[in-house]
Order: sequence, then structure tokens, then C-alpha cells
Amino acid sequence: MKHLLSIHDLSVEQALDILDTAAQLEGLTSGAVKKLPTLRGRTVVNLFFEDSTRTRLSFESAAKRLSADVTNFTAKGSSVSKGESLKDTAQTLQAMGADAIVIRHPASGAANRLAESGWVSSAIINAGDGTHEHPTQALLDAFTIRKHFGPTMRDFSSLKVAIVGDILHSRVARSNIALLQMLGAKVTVIAPPTLIPLGIEEWGAPFSYDFDSELEEFDVVMMLRVQLERMNESFFPNGREYSRGYGLDESRLARLKPGAIVMHPGPMNRGLEISAASADSIRSVVVEQVANGVLVRMAVLYQLLGGPDLNSTGGTQ
Amino acid sequence: MSTTHEILLKSVTLPDGSTSDLLIRDGKIAEISSTLPTAGEVIECVGLRVLPGFVDLHTHLREPGKENAETVLTGSQAAVRGGYTALSAMANTNPVADTAGVVEQVWRLGIEAGLCEVFPIGAVSEGLEGVKLAEIGAMANSAAKVRIFSDDGKCVSDALLMRRALEYVKSFDGVIAQHAQEPRLTENAQMNEGPVASELGLAGWPAVAEESIIARDILLAHSVGSRLHICHLSTKGSVEIVRWAKSQGMAVTAEVTPHHLILTDEAARSYDPIYKVNPPLRTQADVDALRAGLADGTIDIVATDHAPHPGEDKDCEWASAALGMVGLETAFSIVYTTMVESGLMSWQRLIEVMSVKPAEIGGYANQGQEISIGSIANLTIVDPKAERVIDRNDLFSKGKNTPFHGSHLRGDVVHTIFRGKVVLRDQEMTGVVHE
Ligand SMILES: [Zn+2]
Repeated sequence: MKHLLSIHDLSVEQALDILDTAAQLEGLTSGAVKKLPTLRGRTVVNLFFEDSTRTRLSFESAAKRLSADVTNFTAKGSSVSKGESLKDTAQTLQAMGADAIVIRHPASGAANRLAESGWVSSAIINAGDGTHEHPTQALLDAFTIRKHFGPTMRDFSSLKVAIVGDILHSRVARSNIALLQMLGAKVTVIAPPTLIPLGIEEWGAPFSYDFDSELEEFDVVMMLRVQLERMNESFFPNGREYSRGYGLDESRLARLKPGAIVMHPGPMNRGLEISAASADSIRSVVVEQVANGVLVRMAVLYQLLGGPDLNSTGGTQ
Repeated sequence: MSTTHEILLKSVTLPDGSTSDLLIRDGKIAEISSTLPTAGEVIECVGLRVLPGFVDLHTHLREPGKENAETVLTGSQAAVRGGYTALSAMANTNPVADTAGVVEQVWRLGIEAGLCEVFPIGAVSEGLEGVKLAEIGAMANSAAKVRIFSDDGKCVSDALLMRRALEYVKSFDGVIAQHAQEPRLTENAQMNEGPVASELGLAGWPAVAEESIIARDILLAHSVGSRLHICHLSTKGSVEIVRWAKSQGMAVTAEVTPHHLILTDEAARSYDPIYKVNPPLRTQADVDALRAGLADGTIDIVATDHAPHPGEDKDCEWASAALGMVGLETAFSIVYTTMVESGLMSWQRLIEVMSVKPAEIGGYANQGQEISIGSIANLTIVDPKAERVIDRNDLFSKGKNTPFHGSHLRGDVVHTIFRGKVVLRDQEMTGVVHE
């Protein structure tokens, strides 16, 4: 594995390997030892063309816990900057000796371009590209699910997962649908018709416009962030109507089956796609997701940069 | 100078499939006979076919304003390499070709280049803004005698403005060439709407955005008794609408680009913006419908939509990249490979769609003439057996943005003759300029 651009690039074995590695890293760093020497001398660059402090911090702390040198490069402004600058910036980072570039960009496919255009030879990790994919988010979500339903689970086929919200514009949904189905889970996509992508039939996941019809059957309910600007583009009339149809409020929360968990990639719009009570309930694993994000990103960096065997190097600091 | 200038095409295959010698004298076809005595410049043409020079109704020459992308001269060279003896320069230059001054400038640059005829297309609306009619009459009456008007690159989306434009050009038998793209349905659109776009997370460009405008404009043109030409048809639904209109006897003509005859939206999976184009690459079902439509006459012509861009405009991520691809130098090979060699259409039909019919739509009297004695010698000579591997570095166009780099195609242009002078010989410019 040279890059991590899309969940579709991973085999089931590779995906499980990342999850296993993350679990192993958790064991190695849970005690007094917080830091491993594994990537000492390697340079990881966070190249962020979009504001996302939480994702950047997650990658940063993952790299630091593996003793890599971290450089943050945040492009000014969050608008799509002229492509030339992506190329120029990447080449500058390469010249600075970036072993891995973690890229967040508003344009779908930006990570693919970086990896495949020949501009740089660094390993590329997609930290979210436009409305395409966010593979490490899906991996951390799978890791979180595993912790709740079986830490060594290699087959998710006993699980029913609902992914609810703005599927059309969601890179989190694309990566999660691909990964969870690959691992065997039964994924149902729930959204108003305007936010369901055309041709979703080919993704293999059934979709529904009705959040309530099978609510009691889901083991995992994953709520997606909805941007309020969407109502100005007539995807739905207003926030109130959206919440009524697709928000996880207290009454829907109460109908979930015992043991079901509620996930959200953050940042949450409390009161829109998820009520405050749902977000803070015992079913919510949102805070765990954040912690698990660091572990999974450590695992990805470790695998891409080819660190030495974890068992032989662990825990000496 | 009163010396006669003669060119002898030795053993050339004529459009009817027979082999003959063909003598050109002083710009016209003088004799066609099984053997003619050697005279003037002799070109051995065994195995080669002579066709009327191709005529492109849709070329972006970028001059004035973006001479780093293309000039009238380099575009003319690309045209000649592709077997074209006439091209039509789209109006979306800077300044826009919306006045007599700009169209005359482009027209004169074409004459100075002297490699093929360059017919300027005038803008429909001032500044391509879709609000107010451009000086259509002044452009029609200028030295450039503009007959085709188009806001190409943008759609004339205002129904009233479109209606007025269609009516207005009737006085001089002009035609409006519509770039059919409903603007609201394609805001921020990146590629064909469908499963591939959904998977790639690129905003969809729905087929209905094209089809709804075509349907509207066919009805508008019919209601006011005008002629409508539809640029770059790209969807199956568009073909069906035009087929219906023609069955009703409505005066509509349509074009298809070479790239829409061969590429599909699957190409976007690479995220390489070399495949980013307007209208977008569609599905295989659309490609099949376009091929069938071109073969059965629903689609009248092939037009390149040659759209050169400097390298940096494509050397970036998809969303930031410019729309368009170059096409003049590969058009024949693609049309031949996809349509003739595949058995979908005849040589005669290729001549119609690449030369005769575009000349007729544009009113280009010296173009698309039959290969017979007395005709003006605007000719292209092609090798149907050539095995061609496209190399972008071989292009004469300043734009190297071909999606066919590395592609294997069948058939190639070998020589081009413009007004009785060899302007392309053995795929090289001869340096001859028609004064
Ligand atoms: Zn156009």
C-alpha cells in the first residue's frame, strides 16, 4: 500500500489489518508510554486547504505519537485555490523531504491528483477530498464499531447500520458505505430524495426516504452533518422540516434497540440532525470516535511509512 | 504572375472507390482520368483517398485575447494537419466577437495565415452575457459576412432573446448555433450526472439540462420559421428529440464532436482533467445513440469543438481545470475508426458529415464541393490504412490537451490542398501560404 486515497483501494485484509494495528497501538500506548519511536526521522506534512482543526490535530497527534516530525501547511482561505498552487505547494513539500502528505482539499479527487500526477513521490493520505471520500474517518468508525460489537470481529454481517443525512455531499458517507459493506455489514442509506445521489443503486446499499420504518432494527445509527446552506439550494425547505424527517431526536433515540450506538463524524449541528440529548446520551460514541481517530491514523501512517515490527519496538521511551 | 500551377495526384482513390489520376490547375480540378501525363508537382497517391477538404463549424481559436493558448495561425496549422480547409472561429474570445470590428480582425488574420478559410462566428448577445442582442446585422454586413451566430461556451438561456435572435437572422439566412445548457441545472457541474459522478463526488451535469434547451429551441425556431443549429449534441435523449423534430420537417441541424463518439464518463475515474469538457463525456448508451444518429442522418455533421488550453489550465485538480480538449488534428482518425472502419457508415456519409453538410449549413460556397472537373481544389488526401498512435507533442496546435495521447487509431490525413496549393505534404507544413 503506497497511498490511502479511497476505501476502494483497500482489500478486506488490508482494512482489517489497519484496524488490528490500531488496536495493537492502543495497547502499546495506553499505559505510561504515550509515544513510540517507530517513525523517528520521518516527516509527515499536513496539507490543509480546508479548515478542519479536528482532523488536522488528529493526524498531528498520530504522527507525533509515532515520533515523526510534523509540518503543518494550511492554505489561506478555504475556497478552491487555483490548481497550479496545489502542484507548486506539493512540490515544495516534497523538496522539504515529506515522506507522507496528509491532504485535505475542497476538490474531489485532489488526493488522487497528488498521488497520480507525478508531481511528488511522497505517500499520500486523503484526509477528505471535496464530496468524494474520507477514508480514515470510515476506518475510525469501523474501529469504533468493532470496539462495541467485538474487538476482533472480522465479519460485520451481524450488524445493521443506518447512515442518515446528506449522502449526496458527504465524503464520510461514501467512505463508510464502501468500507462497512466490504466488511459485511448491512448498510441502509436514509435521506430525503434530493440528497440521495443518482445511481446509488450501484453502491449495493438499499436506500430509504423514511427514517422511522426500520429504526428499531439498527445496531448503528450514523448521523451526517447537514449544512444549512443546503436549504438555500432547495435541497429541503428549512431546518425544522429536516429535523422532523431526518433528525435524531429524543423520541427516535428512545426507539433504538438495546445496545445500539449513535455515531456522528462531527462537528455536530445540535438541534438540526441530532438533538442535544441524543448527542450527549449514553448511546452516543462521538467522543470515542475522536479518540479512536488518533489510533487509526497512527495505524495508517505506520503502514504507509513501513515502520518496523511493532512487537519488537514497542514501549521503549 | 501568370505561370500556371499544376498538381498531379497519381493513382488516387476517388470518393466512388475508383482509382484515377487527378490534375489540379490554377486552384481548380482540371482533369480526372485513368492516366494523365506527368505535370507540375506530382504526388504519389497509391492507396490514398482524396476527399473534399473538411469543414469545421466549431473551433476555438482563442485570438484575440488568449494567444498563449492558440492563434489564428496555429489553429489554421492544426486544421490543415487534420485535413480541414475551412474552420469557424467561435465568438468567445477577448474581446468577444460581438462587433464588426472583431469579426473582421479574425477574418483578416485567417487570410494572412493563408492555410485554410477562417469564418468568424458572431456572438448572439453582447459580451456573451445573454441579455441584449449583439450587432448581428453589422457582423453579417461586414467584410467577414458572418452567417453563424453563437454564444458558445454559454447557452442563450433567455427564451425571449433566443426567439428574437432566431427571427433576426432570417433577413440574411443566418443561423443560430445553440450551446444547449440550462444554466441553473448545471451550476458548478463537473461531469455527467450518473453513477460515476456520484461515486467520484463530482457534481452532476444532467442530460436533461441539454435536452430541455434543445426541445425548447426546436419549438421556438419552428414557431418563427427560422433555422436552428445545435452544437455538440451529447445525449441519447437529444438525439431522440432531434430525430422527432426532423420527422416533423422542422429546420434543425445538429453536430456531434469526435470525442463524444468515442469517450465515456468512465474516463473521469482518473480525475485527470484532460477529460473535463463541456458538454461532459456521457455514458456508453449515449455514445451508441450518437453514433447511430450520425449514421442515420439525425445528426448532420461532425464538429470538433477544438478547445486549446495552456498546460497549467489542466495541470491541477479537476474542479479548477479548464473545460475542453483539442480536436482538429485527431477528428478524422476518430470518425474513421469509430464510424467507417466499424461499418456504421460509408465513405460517402463521411464526406457529407465532415465537409458537404457543414459547408452548406455555414453557407461556405467554396467548400464541400464535389470532386469533379471545375470544382475548387479544397481537398484532403487520407490514408485509411494508417495505424496511428497519437502523441500530443506532435500536435501543431498550441494546445496539447488531447485526451487521445497514446491512443491507437486507424486512418490519417496525409496531404491537404487549399485552393489548389499543397499546404500539408506528408503531414508537414509546406510553408506555402495562399495569398
Ligand atoms: Zn459549446
